[in-house]
Amino acid sequence: MIHSLFLINCSGDIFLEKHWKSVVSQSVCDYFFEAQEKAADVENVPPVISTPHHYLISIYRDKLFFVSVIQTEVPPLFVIEFLHRVADTFQDYFGECSEAAIKDNVVIVYELLEEMLDNGFPLATESNILKELIKPPTILRSVVNSITGSSNVGDTLPTGQLSNIPWRRAGVKYTNNEAYFDVIEEIDAIIDKSGSTVFAEIQGVIDACIKLSGMPDLSLSFMNPRLLDDVSFHPCIRFKRWESERVLSFIPPDGNFRLISYRVSSQNLVAIPVYVKHSISFKENSSCGRFDITIGPKQNMGKTIEGITVTVHMPKVVLNMNLTPTQGSYTFDPVTKVLTWDVGKITPQKLPSLKGLVNLQSGAPKPEENPSLNIQFKIQQLAISGLKVNRLDMYGEKYKPFKGVKYITKAGKFQVRT
Amino acid sequence: MTDSKYFTTTKKGEIFELKAELNSDKKEKKKEAVKKVIASMTVGKDVSALFPDVVNCMQTDNLELKKLVYLYLMNYAKSQPDMAIMAVNTFVKDCEDPNPLIRALAVRTMGCIRVDKITEYLCEPLRKCLKDEDPYVRKTAAVCVAKLHDINAQLVEDQGFLDTLKDLISDSNPMVVANAVAALSEIAESHPSSNLLDLNPQSINKLLTALNECTEWGQIFILDCLANYMPKDDREAQSICERVTPRLSHANSAVVLSAVKVLMKFMEMLSKDLDYYGTLLKKLAPPLVTLLSAEPELQYVALRNINLIVQKRPEILKHEMKVFFVKYNDPIYVKLEKLDIMIRLASQANIAQVLAELKEYATEVDVDFVRKAVRAIGRCAIKVEQSAERCVSTLLDLIQTKVNYVVQEAIVVIKDIFRKYPNKYESVIATLCENLDSLDEPEARAAMIWIVGEYAERIDNADELLESFLEGFHDESTQVQLQLLTAIVKLFLKKPTETQELVQQVLSLATQDSDNPDLRDRGYIYWRLLSTDPVAAKEVVLAEKPLISEETDLIEPTLLDELICYIGTLASVYHKPPSAFVEGSRGVVHKSLPPRTGSSESAESPEAAPTGAPPSEQPAVIPAQGDLLGDLLNLDLGPPVSGPPMTTASVQMGAVDLLGGGLDSLMGDESEGMGGTNFAAPPAGTMPATLSAPIGGGLGDLFDLTSGVGTLSGSYVAPKAVWLPAMKAKGLEISGTFTRQVGSISMDLLLTNKALQVMSDFAIQFNRNSFGLAPAAPLQVHAPLSPNQTVEISLPLNTVGSVMKMDPLNNLQVAVKNNIDVFYFSTLYPLHILFVEDGKMERQMFLATWKDIPNENEAQFQIKDCPLNAEAVSSKLQGSNIFTIAKRNVEGQDMLYQSLKLTNGIWVLAELRIQPGNPNFTLSLKCRAPEVSQHVYQAYETVLKN
Repeated sequence: MIHSLFLINCSGDIFLEKHWKSVVSQSVCDYFFEAQEKAADVENVPPVISTPHHYLISIYRDKLFFVSVIQTEVPPLFVIEFLHRVADTFQDYFGECSEAAIKDNVVIVYELLEEMLDNGFPLATESNILKELIKPPTILRSVVNSITGSSNVGDTLPTGQLSNIPWRRAGVKYTNNEAYFDVIEEIDAIIDKSGSTVFAEIQGVIDACIKLSGMPDLSLSFMNPRLLDDVSFHPCIRFKRWESERVLSFIPPDGNFRLISYRVSSQNLVAIPVYVKHSISFKENSSCGRFDITIGPKQNMGKTIEGITVTVHMPKVVLNMNLTPTQGSYTFDPVTKVLTWDVGKITPQKLPSLKGLVNLQSGAPKPEENPSLNIQFKIQQLAISGLKVNRLDMYGEKYKPFKGVKYITKAGKFQVRT
Repeated sequence: MTDSKYFTTTKKGEIFELKAELNSDKKEKKKEAVKKVIASMTVGKDVSALFPDVVNCMQTDNLELKKLVYLYLMNYAKSQPDMAIMAVNTFVKDCEDPNPLIRALAVRTMGCIRVDKITEYLCEPLRKCLKDEDPYVRKTAAVCVAKLHDINAQLVEDQGFLDTLKDLISDSNPMVVANAVAALSEIAESHPSSNLLDLNPQSINKLLTALNECTEWGQIFILDCLANYMPKDDREAQSICERVTPRLSHANSAVVLSAVKVLMKFMEMLSKDLDYYGTLLKKLAPPLVTLLSAEPELQYVALRNINLIVQKRPEILKHEMKVFFVKYNDPIYVKLEKLDIMIRLASQANIAQVLAELKEYATEVDVDFVRKAVRAIGRCAIKVEQSAERCVSTLLDLIQTKVNYVVQEAIVVIKDIFRKYPNKYESVIATLCENLDSLDEPEARAAMIWIVGEYAERIDNADELLESFLEGFHDESTQVQLQLLTAIVKLFLKKPTETQELVQQVLSLATQDSDNPDLRDRGYIYWRLLSTDPVAAKEVVLAEKPLISEETDLIEPTLLDELICYIGTLASVYHKPPSAFVEGSRGVVHKSLPPRTGSSESAESPEAAPTGAPPSEQPAVIPAQGDLLGDLLNLDLGPPVSGPPMTTASVQMGAVDLLGGGLDSLMGDESEGMGGTNFAAPPAGTMPATLSAPIGGGLGDLFDLTSGVGTLSGSYVAPKAVWLPAMKAKGLEISGTFTRQVGSISMDLLLTNKALQVMSDFAIQFNRNSFGLAPAAPLQVHAPLSPNQTVEISLPLNTVGSVMKMDPLNNLQVAVKNNIDVFYFSTLYPLHILFVEDGKMERQMFLATWKDIPNENEAQFQIKDCPLNAEAVSSKLQGSNIFTIAKRNVEGQDMLYQSLKLTNGIWVLAELRIQPGNPNFTLSLKCRAPEVSQHVYQAYETVLKN
């Protein structure tokens, strides 16, 4: 089971350690630093490292490394999932998961970690249970506490801890009862040189924000549930109902949570909302090259494409770029060789383009590799897969809630090869 | 108002200030003070001095304060056991508290305090809590049993807690069941023989019921436990599968993978004709693919597992090739894994897509990735015959880029393609030859040489090409040398008239000027073959080669089946069974990923011979060929080399005759000169002279060993380390260490058979080494070693073997033979096994010698972090035959004067300066052979620190 946890920042300082069994010396992290050095890039540090007496399983989140120490055979996914849960909890409690936030709330962090694991076994990881045990810090509460001397540690057993629905506490009360769902779809795609799709799929999630009193029992149905053949559910969803009726039936957790995530695979046709015309060339034996890209709409279902950003990792020999955008602005970082073009939205009348000259290191051979374009965009009011919520029904409570569904489509890992 | 204020320090001294605050009357101030203490603790500062003050705050109604004190206790109770006992009463009282939260907290904290005295008091409260009316307390108590078992296993068994824990599996609350399963699994892991989790259909049913209702983490424990169950028939297997399948849609990837493990395992029992079997196969694909959209760390573990699943049941993911396409911003560890799976899934249906992708990858920036992509193209060609032509032309395109590492990788894989499809693509050889000069990596050079040798008759200037390689023969790696030797022999057999000189040259380079036993042996074998029967030589060397297998890198089926049972565990990430790396095997570092492909690997000796050693240091008197021949023959015959030199000599003479005569018949008159050099080898009678080699010391000294009166205590023995991993030795794993006891040295070996066949006919031999270490008896393995069996052997050693200075000095190269093959490895022996028992020098003698040895031979070292005092040091060193002759106290420092003698008679004098209170010692060593100083210092370090 999980033995110890070290939190390490990007400059390699161990700024927090927590041990659930005996104390393991910080020096075990040297193996991690060694691997980090070898990996060069922080993102390339292997997640599982073996040392003579321990295993180190780590994740990299928000510029922090969460390094756990394992002594016996434990499923690594279990550890990785748990570490992400820890990071999620910090995010949830402090609004951000950063070194500063953790240091500012070090006692709460310690209390949380103690509550989340017992002897390496997960104890309470549901946000609503934790919040009943240890109240999140707010300015008001810390002022009140310092005056009245009360604490931010709950002294009764959380109700959800043992019930069959550990994700919900009893006695929830709201004056405005509301239930909102966000259907968010991200398109992952690889487009080849000629503009044809090598690979495309949609990663979708439905995030919910539920503020309903009492014990509501909800059913969410879709116009076209057949689209959802590869889904992961929040534990609250009754699997049998889904299997037989294709309806999501559940008693929701209180607050924000991810109801389902789904994948619309490449076998189905995934619409690609933008196209890119590009011509990037470097001349042999000369210290310059040409760069020219244009973005246009394609299969956008009549909606506006906005928030477009293009990022390009230029080859190492590129010294500088001298470009003119027809709209938006661009930056080129000569150290990391990253070109970022902040385009904004597409107006079909005048397609945005960026063209100009590339300065290369003189004397260096012409770069072999072609840079890939990484594209970000957003389309409001559209789920690109065509998924549509039909209706939401509530049982078990008498009041009438406010209901709402929002759709948004974004680019996930969307890359165009040149 | 943030917690960072707890980190600020004051001038007065933090501890002092905190102490005052902890003893304050005001509750609020106390709490703040405890928070400061905890804050210091989180960054690893030692605040154990505050123990009594913090414990005093424990009796309180304020739950937060109580929790904070408990946090502190868990960290520091171990260092203050007597003080910790003060806390026991409060714990016991809290276990009776009406609030279940407090009862649970108390029992949970008590279990974390790893102090024996406290453990005794824990039993009664724990017994009560295990039967508590509140399930929250019961589930906490269940985990507490596992904690207690870790501290004192006997106590847990005596108190009957294990039975209570087993009863909890039938508890009405699913969370309690899950925790009981988790606790039992952990206990069972440390006691593999105990039958704690004997599952039967009833208990399985209970687990399956609890599975639906417990938390995600509980589901993982239950699924992992289910995977160990063996259903009695296919119907039971199917019904379990049906109830596990819904877990595949869980949001927690660890739950998903554990469910996949159960299904993959139980599927074995289902008949393939069953409709349900097909349904299950279809259901497995989506969750596996979904894992790939998670965070990169999760993806990595998932990919390692998918790699196993794809080998076991390729049909599951055969239509999902595209999800494994690499995105340029994937972390490198994800990219490499994806590539591996792409190859495994490549088939005629999708090969066009795969090739287009691989070609794209070959122009990326990351060198490791590009190399693997090029290699992958070659593997596609071998796997999918229809694609071979396309692959070859893709590879040729890549060679045209002239990017150095791409060209080299391409040549390596083209060699494999030639072997798979002989006489089909040889037209590209000309293109390959153009790039000869740019090859600087051994593997690529060896591949190119192989191609030239294999197709010598089609390459007009093959002899010139090979000759150009021969110029720098000694600087090449072993792999290239071996390949070059073979290639030239092939060339000679194909075009004997023009290449006689070349073959003579390479044979003499390999046999006379090389210290690598592999190369020498191969050289002699060719030589003998060519000289006795050229026709046979042709048959042997130019024999039809077996086609290389489709996939050289598949995991062995039995191992694969075992690994499938470990899906989701560390074993699945490392693709090794847990027995190979979890527990028991202390000190074993397994960092390697699964073995790489490459057909030439087996030909390469795992230990490169020390060709780098400067020749001037090598003793000139060693009768090169005679001795080498001895090696070769001895290895064939089995007995160690320690036999009298005369027998070797007679064998040698015979062999030389054979060679000389045979060669004459093949080479005609021209070879006379060469035969001559053979005979010119000095007679074997001069063997002992070699002992006078580098480090001096007469022959007489060598025998001191036997006459030396040893102290009875043995010197320090290092733990066994793996010398020869099973991967490199066709399943034979050797680990060992060196011991010295009562004047005799031995090598303690642990031979483990990790292959699937019985091993027998073991023999061992050492290469010449710095101190003449040699086996004093043959390697006695009485019975054949069956698979998975381990045998422990103590091999007595003497120091009368032949001497050659090694680099590093204490390097020992060993060859072990069994019925399968001969394996080579090298190890470093600790020098203190060579310290003889009569190494105590007379005081007068010491003084004189110290003065006598020139100052430039003195070496100084620091021994760091050794907490011993002078007495302890000298008695500890004495155990390893380092003798203290005198002790002086100079300005508060203890000076120890010590001497030791090596088996070859070299004296080493030492002065050890110890400053009381300072754990760092200064060691000055004087010796006539200063090169040993470094190793003597290391021996000091080892002895003192263990």
